Amino acid sequence: MEGSRFYFFVFAIAILASPALSDLVLSKVDRRIYLTSHIVRISSTLKVENAGPETASEVLLAFPEQQAKNMAYLMATPHEGKGKVKKPVVALPVEVANPKDMPPALTFYSVSLPKGLAEGDSFTFDVLAVFTHALRPIPEQITQADIQLVLYQDSAYYLSPYAVKAQSLTVKLPDSRIESYTKLENTKIHGSEIKYGPYENLPAFSYSPIAVHFESNQPFAVAQELVREIEISHWGNVQVTEHYKLIHGGAQSKGEFSRLDFQARPNVRGASAFRYLVANLPPRAHSIYYRDEIGNISTSHLRGDSKKTELLIEPRYPMFGGWRTAFTIGYGLPLQDFLYESEGKRFLNITYSSPMVELVIDTLIVKVVLPEGSSDISVAAPFPVEQWQETKISHLDIDGRPVVVLKKTNVVPEHNQYFQVYYRFSKLSMLREPLMLISGIFFFFVACIVYMRADISISKSSASYLAKQQWEEAQAVIQQVQNIISRCLATHDKLEASLRDLYRTGDIQACKAARKAADGLLKELSKELKPLLTTLQSSPSAAQVLPKVEELVTKERELQEKVMVKHSTVVDGYEKKSGARDIENRVALQQQKLTALRQEVEDLLEFIDEI
Amino acid sequence: MATMPILPPMPVLDLVKSFKLKTKQQELLIRVSILCLVYILAFITRLFSVLRYESMIHEFDPYFNYRTTLYLTQNGFYDFWNWFDYESWYPLGRIVGGTLYPGLMVTAALIYRILHFLRFAVHIREVCVLTAPFFASNTTLVAYFFGKEIWDTGAGLVAAILIAVCPGYISRSVAGSYDNEGVAIFALLFTFYLFVKAVNTGSLAWSLASAFGYFYMVSAWGGYVFIINLIPLYVLVLLITGRYSMRLYVAYNCMYVLGMLLAMQIRFVGFQHVQSGEHMAAMGVFFLLQVFYFLDWVKHMLSDTKLFQAFLRITVTCAVAVGAIALGLGMLSGYISPWTGRFYSLLDPTYAKDHIPIIASVSEHQPTAWSSFMFDFHILLFLFPAGLYFCFKRLSDATIFIVMYGLTSMYFAGVMVRLILVATPAVCLISAIAVSATVKNLTVLLRSKNKGVQTGSTKGSSSSKAASKALLDQSQPFQKNGAIALLFGAFYLLSKYATHCTWVTSEAYSSPSIVLAARGAHGSRVIFDDYREAYFWLRQNTPPDAKVMSWWDYGYQITAMGNRTVIVDNNTWNNTHIATVGRAMSSYEDEAIEIMRSLDVDYVLVVFGGVTGYSSDDINKFLWMVRIGGGVFPVIKEPDYLVNGEYRVDKGAAPKMLNCLMYKLCYYRFGEMLTEYGKPPGYDRARGVEIGNKDIKLEHLEEAFTTSNWIVRIYKVKPPNNRW
Repeated sequence: MEGSRFYFFVFAIAILASPALSDLVLSKVDRRIYLTSHIVRISSTLKVENAGPETASEVLLAFPEQQAKNMAYLMATPHEGKGKVKKPVVALPVEVANPKDMPPALTFYSVSLPKGLAEGDSFTFDVLAVFTHALRPIPEQITQADIQLVLYQDSAYYLSPYAVKAQSLTVKLPDSRIESYTKLENTKIHGSEIKYGPYENLPAFSYSPIAVHFESNQPFAVAQELVREIEISHWGNVQVTEHYKLIHGGAQSKGEFSRLDFQARPNVRGASAFRYLVANLPPRAHSIYYRDEIGNISTSHLRGDSKKTELLIEPRYPMFGGWRTAFTIGYGLPLQDFLYESEGKRFLNITYSSPMVELVIDTLIVKVVLPEGSSDISVAAPFPVEQWQETKISHLDIDGRPVVVLKKTNVVPEHNQYFQVYYRFSKLSMLREPLMLISGIFFFFVACIVYMRADISISKSSASYLAKQQWEEAQAVIQQVQNIISRCLATHDKLEASLRDLYRTGDIQACKAARKAADGLLKELSKELKPLLTTLQSSPSAAQVLPKVEELVTKERELQEKVMVKHSTVVDGYEKKSGARDIENRVALQQQKLTALRQEVEDLLEFIDEI
Repeated sequence: MATMPILPPMPVLDLVKSFKLKTKQQELLIRVSILCLVYILAFITRLFSVLRYESMIHEFDPYFNYRTTLYLTQNGFYDFWNWFDYESWYPLGRIVGGTLYPGLMVTAALIYRILHFLRFAVHIREVCVLTAPFFASNTTLVAYFFGKEIWDTGAGLVAAILIAVCPGYISRSVAGSYDNEGVAIFALLFTFYLFVKAVNTGSLAWSLASAFGYFYMVSAWGGYVFIINLIPLYVLVLLITGRYSMRLYVAYNCMYVLGMLLAMQIRFVGFQHVQSGEHMAAMGVFFLLQVFYFLDWVKHMLSDTKLFQAFLRITVTCAVAVGAIALGLGMLSGYISPWTGRFYSLLDPTYAKDHIPIIASVSEHQPTAWSSFMFDFHILLFLFPAGLYFCFKRLSDATIFIVMYGLTSMYFAGVMVRLILVATPAVCLISAIAVSATVKNLTVLLRSKNKGVQTGSTKGSSSSKAASKALLDQSQPFQKNGAIALLFGAFYLLSKYATHCTWVTSEAYSSPSIVLAARGAHGSRVIFDDYREAYFWLRQNTPPDAKVMSWWDYGYQITAMGNRTVIVDNNTWNNTHIATVGRAMSSYEDEAIEIMRSLDVDYVLVVFGGVTGYSSDDINKFLWMVRIGGGVFPVIKEPDYLVNGEYRVDKGAAPKMLNCLMYKLCYYRFGEMLTEYGKPPGYDRARGVEIGNKDIKLEHLEEAFTTSNWIVRIYKVKPPNNRW
């Protein structure tokens, strides 16, 4: 601490010696330093006046190297008067500047004014600078029961290359418990606020070091690395997966950790630890999960309304100083909220940084995974990021999905702004993956069919193979025999039908014609049957089935005869004009035999079928 | 004409009839769809744990398997094969490639590769979690074919259904139980099936397949010893019962020789097939078969029976003598190693208790209680003898095999709880035979009558009606009703079995044991995720080279989840090392610190259930630490920790107990803790007593981390004090 004081002293001498720049004068500077969390925010209102003859178009902001190193974010906006209707603020362009003849220990940024400042004109604007790792824990190691004290160092005077006419400084602390602070003239303390100033008419590069040593038990959550993967699926989902490597960036814990003490009085014995983090996810986030390398973490709570989805996650253990943890959260978002189309291109419009509240990210890598087949990719980011492209192979990809990688170091919640990824993607490509699946299954079935049909035995002359083939042939023949028999049965049915027609219409001629046709057909069928039976008799593998087949054939023939007889009887009866009852009586006995025979034939057919 | 003799056939009916499948096709369709449903059922019934908890690896050994699989997929097979693991058994290390059965890991890695080749970008963890259910599904298919081989398709189907949900098998194959047994039971049954098929057909192809099945089994699980002893025993029984045939000769010789050669490729098994006592039976039977074959040939050549009898006597005597001499020489020269303790403990259940405490300390190595038989088999326990009856009624080579498999594995299941698993497929198959045969007999009774009645009524033929009536009269009265009642009884039993299995799966076998769940005061589910909390703390907040000492149960989990070096783990290959840890745990702190310093221990991890009432913690395991430690270091004496032979932790406990390291680490500052309303502070809920030593001071260790429910406590070994 002493060393740094000394350093600042030398530094102050060095910069005091250097000359002032241009003729601009800061007529009023109000600075407010917010130390309420571990991210330091300095918000300043500057009123700049041109005292020289030349028109000035830019204003320089100076930061000592120590601060510039930790600076994560800098924004200048035109000052809005109080009570005015809020309208969207347009940020003034800010650039790193390297003006000549300036002390090397300072880093300069130049703010371009919306219009040139003529002599005597004035312009008021706000500057917000955000710093990370600017609070130093003193002592560096604390036990579980100790409170965490941190030190903040800055200058009581506004460090500027211009003369400052009037200025004041307010330091806001999280708590009124202050270990020590630098007392200068005009220093007042109001609860958790320390006020320095007003100071008037200070020359350029005025510097007066101050240090505030105070209690801060805010969560010092620092993500050393965060990888966000945003995957677009045109089937309606944007999947966000965030891999955190988190550390408690405050004072290191030392000595033992007692669960008993922590459970009994968590706010006293464990005041410096943080137990949970809050993430504000976009509305309509769904399928949220929270896990790490070794599995799901069950301690999380989700609250959602139409505006936002609030996710509260507890790490597996309370985070004491220097303790690390790593976890992954993932959630799905509806596609239509984030994907738009313009000029034939699609673009994703989504926030860049983590949804976690008050989280410092040392290295943030955002990967946007576009659907396979996207082309013509470009990125529009609101601040400079390092970017390159990769490919990722995921489900059903052939040559991988294009991935746009955006990397940025030192990220604070202020960076959570929208960025856009533009790309071209044809709708037809969406069908690719389902078609692949369908064709895969199709080819699987084709392969099955080929396997079932193809003859893949190696030795075509072995006994078992031949026997199998013979058996198959015999089966084919038996199949044919069965077909013929069933056709015969169908013909019998036709004859019966003709008899029924006869009953109904009394048309004997038609009945006779049917009889003739049936006779012809049956004759042909019996002709066809003969060679089949001879092949069956010659085949050795059909020996077991042969008797049954022969029985079938004889039974069928018998049936055939019986049907013919019946037919003739009925037709005769009709020709002789005997009464219906008379004919029926005559046929009745035949009919019984017929039914029995028919049953037997059908049973035989079924039996042969089951072999 | 109202009285038409035959109704006109409807054209629609004709159409339906032409589409109607033949009986054979119908049967095939039904069979295939049943098999498909069983396949799916076997898979999804094992997913309870994923639904209740998450897709995670369970218990202890699976974590090692998962870690090695991860290594295999990341570094390739050769690195895996040559892997020397510095993270376990510090400072000895472990040659992983040479001390594990790689079948499971290679299988999972292969599935992972295939899925990635087909462009399914799944995580290796999901593959590992689902490997066991997937193989369980495959086992049902094997059971079907096996049942078909030994009995008929009906028995095969029933066997598939029974094994799909049998708790004895589910206990080791739920999703997440990524252990060797998961694939090994499949390999075991598959090998047996292929061998029986080879014996039935005498085909070289099938016996070759069974040799490869055996190779897969050897690569997957140490239980392959069961195969290599059961198959020779079976062959021997066939020889004795006069069922020697050329088929048997071909099947066994091919399977044994090729299987042996293939098995030697597994480094962990190496030359055991020719050098270890457990494998000698197979070799003996192999030579015996050659003698049989030779005798057969001689018998064929010699026509004189008397001469042959004489020749037979001489040959058999010589063969036995030569065999005995060879075995004796091998044993004496130390070429053939004697039986290992594990093998002895299988044959003699009391052996382990007296000689190898490290085996006896594992709960799954205990003899099986009747209740757990009932729990795991349910109705199969009754169906098993019935099935045996049917098998004996229709003896064939195949049924002899299944009977022998069933009887031997039942014996082993009685010796050790975990071997119920091996018996399960046999019990399912034999019970399936019982169910199938009974149901078939009953339905045949029913159908024969139904058919008669049907033909009578539909065809309106008075003669057939009379005939069937006569048939009915001839059969016993109430036979049909009896058959129906019995069928209903069978279905009732089977459905009871199904509900029992589902209940057991969901209640008993689907807990990952890493995450504990309990019912809260209002009936809500409370999750104790303390193990992972502690392991993740170790992983994140200790130096990467920190050495953690804990009882060996947690070794695999610490290396897999905590990614830190452990002193001992679940691969209990070095009893002395484990005994050293046991000694450290049971010594006073200042003695223990010397041991811990000599082992470079940085952290000590203990599991303590006193706050939550979790009973399988280190205090309850402590006596085993004392016994194992005392087995090697006689300084540690079990009676010092007992009071009148009683193990207690309250005021009446032995002074050594109250001051040993384990007691101090578990109960450090527990004396100030109020665990239950209305009880004094320091009330141990797991043992239901107020602890005896509430004022525990640690000198060389400090509390580094305790999980939210105090289940895992981690202590840091303080560096030695400065001397100046």
